Amino acid sequence: MYDSGKIIVGLLIFIALVTFPFYNNIGKVNAKPELKLDTPEIQKLPEQERKCVESKEFMRGGHMQLLDDWRDSVVRDGSRIYTSSAHKTFNMSLQNECMRCHSNKKDFCDKCHNYMAVKPYCWDCHIAPKENKS
Amino acid sequence: MSINRREFLRLAGVSALAGVGGVAVFNKLQNNALEASEFTAGPNALNAKRWAMVVDMSKFKTPEDYKRCMDACHSTHNVPNFSNPKDEIKWIWPEKFEHAFPGQENPYMNEETKEKSFLLLCNHCDNPPCVRVCPTKATFKRKDGIVMQDMHRCIGCRFCMAACPFGARSFNYRNPRGKDANGQPLIKEENAAYPTRTIGVVEKCTFCTERLAVGKLPACVEVSNEFSKGGLVFGDLDDPGSEVRKIISAKYTIRRKSEIGTQPSVFYVIGGNDYAIVPEIL
Repeated sequence: MYDSGKIIVGLLIFIALVTFPFYNNIGKVNAKPELKLDTPEIQKLPEQERKCVESKEFMRGGHMQLLDDWRDSVVRDGSRIYTSSAHKTFNMSLQNECMRCHSNKKDFCDKCHNYMAVKPYCWDCHIAPKENKS
Repeated sequence: MSINRREFLRLAGVSALAGVGGVAVFNKLQNNALEASEFTAGPNALNAKRWAMVVDMSKFKTPEDYKRCMDACHSTHNVPNFSNPKDEIKWIWPEKFEHAFPGQENPYMNEETKEKSFLLLCNHCDNPPCVRVCPTKATFKRKDGIVMQDMHRCIGCRFCMAACPFGARSFNYRNPRGKDANGQPLIKEENAAYPTRTIGVVEKCTFCTERLAVGKLPACVEVSNEFSKGGLVFGDLDDPGSEVRKIISAKYTIRRKSEIGTQPSVFYVIGGNDYAIVPEIL
């Protein structure tokens, strides 16, 4: 191989640069997003009723699917009432139902979405609840 | 490389097993759907086979009457005011007779009808051309006849605007949440219970589906009943006993551009009885 020295050194430098973000972050743990569930609206609820539409585990993994199903049902079929697996009924509305309790978009929605670097476009149209902190 | 029959069959069998097994595993992993949850209409929801509206123009006397209906609609639905007729957004709007009913005007018609403003809105056609042209099915006809627009799906191609013969659709050329030249918000007062739209989508009247779902009449109808009962009447065109059907069967009504064949669901009573008196000819 001609110029093997230059090529190998070049390759090593290239690999070092490309992998820099990885070894630079080894051992450092980013703080997990801690969601705040203590909005005034939630605290007003009696202890037993402080439950989301579905279980915490389901909501964590499947809220986007749930919201998508809600949207299709409301917009397409005009069915606006959701009966949960615990037989409770909810008005299917992100803006009027979800955010009624989770009135802290910045500490609830945004925190996780920013951490995961996802940018859902819900709030381009839907009006977020007014928050004091900015 | 050659392969004999036995090897080929073995390979095919293994591949098929892997495929079927893989799908099963994938489904298992994907399976976080809920059981026993369901979607239903609300208990107070108003239902119909085909929603329709009768606009009785004799009940609209002053410009204030029109404005109240328009304001009620536009403030409920966060309709922005771009204050430029070119990119105006309108769900319900006034128009002169010759523009509302082109081809129906004549040089000798009475001055009042000629000059009067007619309240126009989406006709929620039975055979809607906007639905036919929409490439993403963002606009569609519901089971109750309402031509609905799914803002989540609209890609802003504006085919529907070109297809609509009634000019009932408006495009958001600008961000409706922005501010005008004077720094005033384009939506004067946001209704926190209804979404806004975003730049690049088409919007129009929805016959207030969100209000029908909770047992309320459309906003314009509700307001019109405050100043004159029967200015705007809303009901089921399919029900012979409904108020709209009674009016349509008793009075002479016209629809906009009915010759096109889109079968509009908005009917106009022009002039009422005042003009029907023909002076006796001797």
